[in-house]
Amino acid sequence: MSPLRWISRIVPWIAGAAMLAALTLIFLVVPTERVQGIVQRIFYIHLPCAWTAFVAFGTVAIASAIFLWRGSRAADQLAYASAEVGMIFCTLVLMTGPIWARPIWGVWWTWDPRLTMTIILWSLYAGYLMLRSFGGRDDQTARFAAVLGIVAALDIPLIVVSVRLWRGIHPAVLGRNSPNAGLADPRMGLTLAVAAVACLLLFVWLVTVRWRVLRVRAGLDELHFERNPA
Amino acid sequence: MWAILAKDLRLELRTREGWISLFMLGFLVLLVFQFALPEEPTAESAAAALWLAFLLAGTLGVQRTLLLERENECLTGLLTAPLEPAAIYLAKAAGNFVSLTLLQFSVVPLVVLFFAPADAGFPFALPLVLALGNAGFSAVATLFAAVAVETRAREVMLPLLLFPLLAPLLIAAVESSAILLGGGSLADALVWIQVLAAFDVVFGVAGWLLFEYVVRE
Repeated sequence: MSPLRWISRIVPWIAGAAMLAALTLIFLVVPTERVQGIVQRIFYIHLPCAWTAFVAFGTVAIASAIFLWRGSRAADQLAYASAEVGMIFCTLVLMTGPIWARPIWGVWWTWDPRLTMTIILWSLYAGYLMLRSFGGRDDQTARFAAVLGIVAALDIPLIVVSVRLWRGIHPAVLGRNSPNAGLADPRMGLTLAVAAVACLLLFVWLVTVRWRVLRVRAGLDELHFERNPA
Repeated sequence: MWAILAKDLRLELRTREGWISLFMLGFLVLLVFQFALPEEPTAESAAAALWLAFLLAGTLGVQRTLLLERENECLTGLLTAPLEPAAIYLAKAAGNFVSLTLLQFSVVPLVVLFFAPADAGFPFALPLVLALGNAGFSAVATLFAAVAVETRAREVMLPLLLFPLLAPLLIAAVESSAILLGGGSLADALVWIQVLAAFDVVFGVAGWLLFEYVVRE
């Protein structure tokens, strides 16, 4: 069995178990946060989704570079699959965030640096997916998308710096201003870790499935061309 | 190679009727902004109007140029010449830069006329910001205009790709312009100018390296 098929057979079970464990921890085990109350539990999904989205977009950049450099079709398909699944997680971040924010901050949205950065990220990859859809299913579109994937990744540090300066927060070069700064109970750290693993496994499985679909589709396209040379 | 580069530049500047429409577009965007913005002119609203007019008119201008070229198969002709794609990129980006500078020459005085607060002096550092913003925009737009015209929904594809990518440029350009138009000095705006310069370097190099992948058949 090819590695991708092996992964898509085994990983869903592990991912499912991990997700079940995560949900158990989130709803039954972890203590309620003192200040924010029950709503704070969204954090255990919100943050792992964000991390997974970052992993996804990093994969897009690296796979795009490999495709341009080596011409590997598999790398191009991986980039596309990763962008699609990454968008799902990024959208989840932008949905769970406001749900969390409304009771806590009183507003659905603010133009705080982190939120602004996430919504720009979302727009970048929405553009990537639209380019893929509106272009043909050929090498040219793949190359365009790869260029976009690389440029988007190069843009991200600049976005981070400029958005932080914009809102008056001076960006530290190796700063650590993460919300984990207040994890009082060790069970919170455990829950976060398990949820992160669950989301990442889910990501791996979905990308694998999507990757296989794209590979089969490319094969079908080739067959079609052989029989009907345009 | 430089001679060919110069020739390409002249080719870019040939589309004379385009300049009028570009200028009119910039002017009209400013006009519409005047309706949308609050009554008291501030440095911030002036900077906002300036850069949004530039962005919108510039996007349409770059797109139009490339559409014309595509119709006449200019790109194929250029590629058959013994010229590296990277050199073509530089020539195109330079051409865009020049026509957008002309746009800026026409738009910026209008901005000062319509929007500038009464007591502001002449912002001497503003041309630097304008040039840096223009360069970054040209670098990115030249790369992606070639991408956008090959897809369906091509009129909307370029802004779709360009606007998120240009977010840092826009933020830096507007903030530094607002500081300068409001009477601040170069030192006040320096951090933003550094961001602009960084953007220009990163995307100039990226465009120069990646353009060949965009035009390869």
